[in-house]
Amino acid sequence: MTQVPLEHVLFVSAGLFLLGLLGVIVRRNLLIIYMSLELMLNAANLALVAFSRYANDLNGQVMVFFIITVAAAEVAVGLALIVALYRKRQTAHVEDLTTMRS
Amino acid sequence: MQAALFYIFSALTLLCALLVVINPFSRNPVTSAMFLVLTIASLAGIFILLQAFFLAAVQVLVYAGAVMVLFLFVIMLLDLKDEERRRIRTFGVVTGLISVGAIAAIFARTFLASGLRISPPAISQAGATQPLGELLFSRYLLPFEIVSVLLLVAMVGAILLSKRELE
Repeated sequence: MTQVPLEHVLFVSAGLFLLGLLGVIVRRNLLIIYMSLELMLNAANLALVAFSRYANDLNGQVMVFFIITVAAAEVAVGLALIVALYRKRQTAHVEDLTTMRS
Repeated sequence: MQAALFYIFSALTLLCALLVVINPFSRNPVTSAMFLVLTIASLAGIFILLQAFFLAAVQVLVYAGAVMVLFLFVIMLLDLKDEERRRIRTFGVVTGLISVGAIAAIFARTFLASGLRISPPAISQAGATQPLGELLFSRYLLPFEIVSVLLLVAMVGAILLSKRELE
């Protein structure tokens, strides 16, 4: 990594974030929306690791550690919610969930 | 050599992420999950190139291991057969592309305005796992304990949510 400038790493991170955002907006399956959320979290992780490396400061890596932990907890609760929803409504599609649209 | 590896892993990451979101061959969630595993693995490669060895290991263990297994369990449990015959709505694609384009423009402006041309400094903390651990258990001890409580709460919540109707 002696020649790679910081902005190239940030460019990859931005691209990953944008792909995740596109997935959240375009896809209609709750599970795939969830995977796209994971992509966005990973993009943030990549940016933090890159800054931590280029600033020679380990605090960024500790932040990434916490983000990974919170993401794991979030996935556990979120998937339990999806399973509970499926049990009640027999669907995992956001287009079928229009109770609050009136 | 390392720069070439970085660009290879970056291209692999972005390609697999694209295939998670928009896969022209299959709309099956299992395919998306598999490409998400590939994305995470190549991201771990980038982490190694950025000297974050511990985080690369955690990334593979927690994400590619635990989280994706959870995803696959839920996909198998729900048995989403009707996904493939649903169409993606054009309106959703258009609004999605507009908002993604807007944020991409903001990113591009920021990149151009910041003028970052930093090349990495020489490695002062080789390996960096031991300093990371020391930091985690001295300066970040309280957040560490709070996160452990958060994990406990998430576990209790997940068990409670996935139980049958509580009467």
